[in-house]
Amino acid sequence: MIENPEKIDNNGIIKLEDARKVYQMGHQQVAALAGVTISFKKGSFWAIMGPSGSGKSTMMNILGCLDRLSSGNYILEGHNVSTLGDDDLSEMRLSHLGFIFQSFNLIPQLTVQRNIELPLYYLGWDAEQSAKRAKELAAQVGLEGRLNHRPTELSGGQMQRVAIARALANDPQILFADEPTGNLDTATGEQILDLLTKLHQQGKTIIMVTHEPNIAEFAEQRLHMLDGVIDRIG
Amino acid sequence: MRNIWLGIENLLLHKLRSFLTMLGVVFGVGSVVAMLSIGEGASRETLEQIRKLGSNNIIISSVKSVEDESSSQSRTFMSVYGLTYDDHARISETYNAVKQTAPAKLIRKEGRLGARSLELRVVGTTSEWFDLVRRPVIAGRVLTQADEEKKAPVVILTEFGARRLLATQGSIGQPLLIGSDYFEVIGIIKSESGVAGSIQIPDQEVDAYIPLEVARIYFGDVVIRRTAGSREMEMVQLHQIIVQVDARENVESTASAIEQMLERFHKKKDYSVSVPLALLEQAEATKRIFNIVLGSIAGISLLVGGIGIMNIMLASVTERTREIGIRRAIGAKRKQIIIQFLIETVVLSTIGGLIGIGMGVLLPILITYFSKMPTVITMGSIILPMAISMAVGIVFGLYPALRAAQVDPIIALRHE
Repeated sequence: MIENPEKIDNNGIIKLEDARKVYQMGHQQVAALAGVTISFKKGSFWAIMGPSGSGKSTMMNILGCLDRLSSGNYILEGHNVSTLGDDDLSEMRLSHLGFIFQSFNLIPQLTVQRNIELPLYYLGWDAEQSAKRAKELAAQVGLEGRLNHRPTELSGGQMQRVAIARALANDPQILFADEPTGNLDTATGEQILDLLTKLHQQGKTIIMVTHEPNIAEFAEQRLHMLDGVIDRIG
Repeated sequence: MRNIWLGIENLLLHKLRSFLTMLGVVFGVGSVVAMLSIGEGASRETLEQIRKLGSNNIIISSVKSVEDESSSQSRTFMSVYGLTYDDHARISETYNAVKQTAPAKLIRKEGRLGARSLELRVVGTTSEWFDLVRRPVIAGRVLTQADEEKKAPVVILTEFGARRLLATQGSIGQPLLIGSDYFEVIGIIKSESGVAGSIQIPDQEVDAYIPLEVARIYFGDVVIRRTAGSREMEMVQLHQIIVQVDARENVESTASAIEQMLERFHKKKDYSVSVPLALLEQAEATKRIFNIVLGSIAGISLLVGGIGIMNIMLASVTERTREIGIRRAIGAKRKQIIIQFLIETVVLSTIGGLIGIGMGVLLPILITYFSKMPTVITMGSIILPMAISMAVGIVFGLYPALRAAQVDPIIALRHE
């Protein structure tokens, strides 16, 4: 079921082959993705753009292993994800991917440290190692003194930093950022984008969804979606 | 272990809600423990009393029949009723299953020792009595075959009687005046009294035991009772026969055989046959029914507690949809979400169960302290509700947990 990782084509860490996603809306079928074929290189920084309804969110869910294709293939780091079951998809997210969301999606009841440790908990790390790793990550995003705060006590920029630290906890090769600056003011947003750029320079593959052209400028390449297909790349 | 700790931490975030949620289980388990121990205490006392009668014994008593009761108003009539010496002989000789028998003749007489006197119930009986109604000997000895043969005027007092007559160990060998005859005190034994079910326990506190033959010779079979203006005469040979059967399974057949035999020799039904074993079985059956009723009530209260937990957990799942979505997006498997919620419910119901047991143990202790009502807390009455409360957590936690696991992360993350 899972292909041999040896076969990884270094040029394409993420590959979509004629990817289609069809939703049933009442008696109508709506194609959110209508045949997308693309390959994202390892270590690249992409911005996926497009108006709402263009299929960029669906594409993000598919790429992030949160949803499955109706037809076509999705190859992620050499694994054919399109055939995986729910548990295997969870496993893919847990060990290969990191997520950054527009609304941060921190768990409000947990402290900053616990939020960062969350992926490690599911990876089965022990408490001591997790705490050490959480401290390192907090330092990396500039939140050393905030480990015992709750997310509600932080500013938006700080919350997004916590989210980035959490996304990095499992040391993923690929980071997905869904409108990472959407809930932030321009200055804070730029700080977050700088942080992402730094991570890109360290070798992470970053795929960011945004509808703001000036944000998309931070990426190396831009992919424009329209009506479920790739409109243009540039 | 870490999972459990995280579950507890999460519950502590909503202290009041968690407390209110577990309240149902607290009261459910508390009432089970309390009811079981109160029920156990009440029935144990009854069963103990019945056991004192001896489960292999049959007790046959003389009863004044109803016709006699009404006609005794006429003064010239002497009522003759009850068990006879012949009945006793037939019972002890006819049946293989009968191991031994103790006949008893009961006479009310005043006893006098030195300056003290006491209204005694003189029991004319044989040495077998002391085998069948086993009571500890405090001083001296009990009746023997030899006393019977020699027709010795000897008497055995109960501890209670001895105390009232100021008899001590030194009183052994001294003469006790019963009616107008002297008897030598040869022993003091303990006594029981009371009622077991519907049967009077054979001995009483004011008993004085003398050999049966001696009672016949000294006091005869006729009792004259003087009441205002009238004289009542009764002739009763034996008031009671205690029959011991060799084995438990022969008790009932022997009892009915004796009853048939007595029916043939007695024109009136002036006797009653009671079987402590039957009474014991009846009491045990009652106890079983009692336990079933208690169990059902307790079961219903635990069910209500469980539904309460399920309700809150379902609400909690809805409220935490986003959290579940985040955990799933990060890579938590369905199974791990199920376990997380299940642990929370089991922790809730288990802690609730523990508090309930504390309450359930305290309540019977207070009841015993204030009302002197006996209560018995058994290991079973603690372990069972504990196990049930954990089971309640699993059963009623499973559905909310499964619902939590079905949460779609994509939709959940959009959830505000």
